[in-house]
Amino acid sequence: MRITVLIPSALALCATAAVAETVLPANIEFNEGAIETPLTDAPGDPARGREIMTSRGKGNCIACHDVAALKDAPFHGEVGPPLDFVGEYRSAAELRGIVANAKQTFEGTVMPAFYKTTGFIRPGDAYTGKAAPADLPPILSAQEIEDVVAFLQTLKEG
Amino acid sequence: MKYKSMTAIAVTFAAFGTAAFPDADDNQLVINGETEIVTEAAAPDHMENIDTIYSGWRFRSEETQALEADDFDNPGMIAVDQAMDRWATVEGDKNKSCASCHGDDPAESMAGVRAVYPKWNDDAGEVRTLAMQINDCRENQMGAEPYGYTSAKMTAMEALISVQSRGLPVNVAIDGPARETWEKGKEIYYTRYGQLELSCANCHEENYGNHIRADHLSQGQINGFPTYRLKNTKLNQVQARFKGCIRDTRAETFSPGSPEFIALELYVASRGNGLSVSAPSVRN
Ligand code: HEC
Ligand code: HEC
Ligand code: HEC
Repeated sequence: MRITVLIPSALALCATAAVAETVLPANIEFNEGAIETPLTDAPGDPARGREIMTSRGKGNCIACHDVAALKDAPFHGEVGPPLDFVGEYRSAAELRGIVANAKQTFEGTVMPAFYKTTGFIRPGDAYTGKAAPADLPPILSAQEIEDVVAFLQTLKEG
Repeated sequence: MKYKSMTAIAVTFAAFGTAAFPDADDNQLVINGETEIVTEAAAPDHMENIDTIYSGWRFRSEETQALEADDFDNPGMIAVDQAMDRWATVEGDKNKSCASCHGDDPAESMAGVRAVYPKWNDDAGEVRTLAMQINDCRENQMGAEPYGYTSAKMTAMEALISVQSRGLPVNVAIDGPARETWEKGKEIYYTRYGQLELSCANCHEENYGNHIRADHLSQGQINGFPTYRLKNTKLNQVQARFKGCIRDTRAETFSPGSPEFIALELYVASRGNGLSVSAPSVRN
């Protein structure tokens, strides 16, 4: 079910990614946890970012975060802090860094790195329990990271 | 690091006014109106980051909890009855049943057994889980086919043996020859596996009491195994549960019966030393 739902948007994203210039996970430069330059040259789409945040096979951010603006999707977790207003006090660069690899901002955090492809212990092939393919893709594509960052920036007061 | 991020979480929670943990409820479990179950105890000395241990029962909804309080309501008891039939069934080349050697009533021969497993076996020179011991008897004492490690028959037989220890404190030995295996299990417990880079401890030690999506995180104790899950409407073997939890970190899992899972089972069991055995338990 998860997979069928995701295929159309994944295809759409590939199409976008193909035209855009993309920074690969290995080439990212963190500046105190933040990533200044967008990962693609196509602007993030907040509507798509919203979908990624609630879908289980993608960001599944609400598994750990409570987000009032996403209450149409059920069951928000409490492992991480609520993200309401995060666009108010975090810059786009900080948010991009946190979503790509939160460990660069919060040492040892339980928050997974969504744009990272190496350095894992027994990485799997998504949720199959089987070994990962040699060219393990990041959990979110460069464009999907930008989409999520665009959505997070909308989380402001008023 | 663990502590550091824990503090950060705690601070964040304080800021938003949400209680972090512990968030076990205060309910008490008495099965069939007679067997008192210890669902909360002082953590064993070897645990460094937790003061109080709780059975997973304390994190479930009242409806789910109620199912475990009465054997007539507990759907896991059906498997116990089925295993009781098999206990007396002759199988294998040697024309024996479990009852041939262990007597007709497992309540006598198996009382207290589950509480001390996994356990070092001197003759074999290995730590044995209950499943391994059952299969050892099947193969070597009966000349019968071993059960699949997490098969329905194995899980039911474990339930039959476990129910004879209900109410007794879990008391697995971690010293002496079992120590090496225990240390290995501990290392696995704290390893952050998979693409999500999450260890057992990240969820069951740092975040018990918190919700992760719809799930109310417990301490991941195994005093209640095998466990009847409403989700898949069957009894679940403990290592099948481990497998599911590791898979959910986007990791390549270990196999049930592997040295890694045997070590992990010993270690996780030892984190429950002091809680009552309460199997088969009911979970969502
Ligand atoms: C497994 C749980 C988990 C998941 C899944 C998760 N996070 Fe987090 N997140 C955390 C935790 C815990 C923190 C707090 C950082 C710390 O101190 O460890 C955090 C912090 C953050 C912050 C910083 C908040 C602030 O106030 O500075 C942002 C932004 C964030 N997460 C966004 C996301 C997004 C977007 C996703 C999905 C793509 C996501 N998180 C998925 C656990 C998670
Ligand atoms: C031919 C005799 C024989 C048969 C048949 C047999 N067992 Fe055993 N079983 C033994 C012996 C001998 C031991 C070891 C006793 C000891 O060292 O305490 C043992 C030990 C066990 C133990 C561990 C007890 C403990 O205190 O650690 C369990 C559990 C067990 N058997 C279950 C079974 C089950 C279930 C069956 C049927 C599937 C079965 N056995 C069939 C002879 C048998
Ligand atoms: C991403 C978070 C997460 C991680 C990591 C995780 N688990 Fe779990 N686990 C859960 C959830 C959610 C449940 C169901 C609710 C509960 O009992 O906590 C669960 C349930 C369990 C249970 C059943 C408890 C009961 O009372 O029936 C056991 C045992 C368990 N986990 C062990 C482990 C072990 C061992 C590991 C490490 C290999 C592990 N878990 C890693 C989330 C996790």
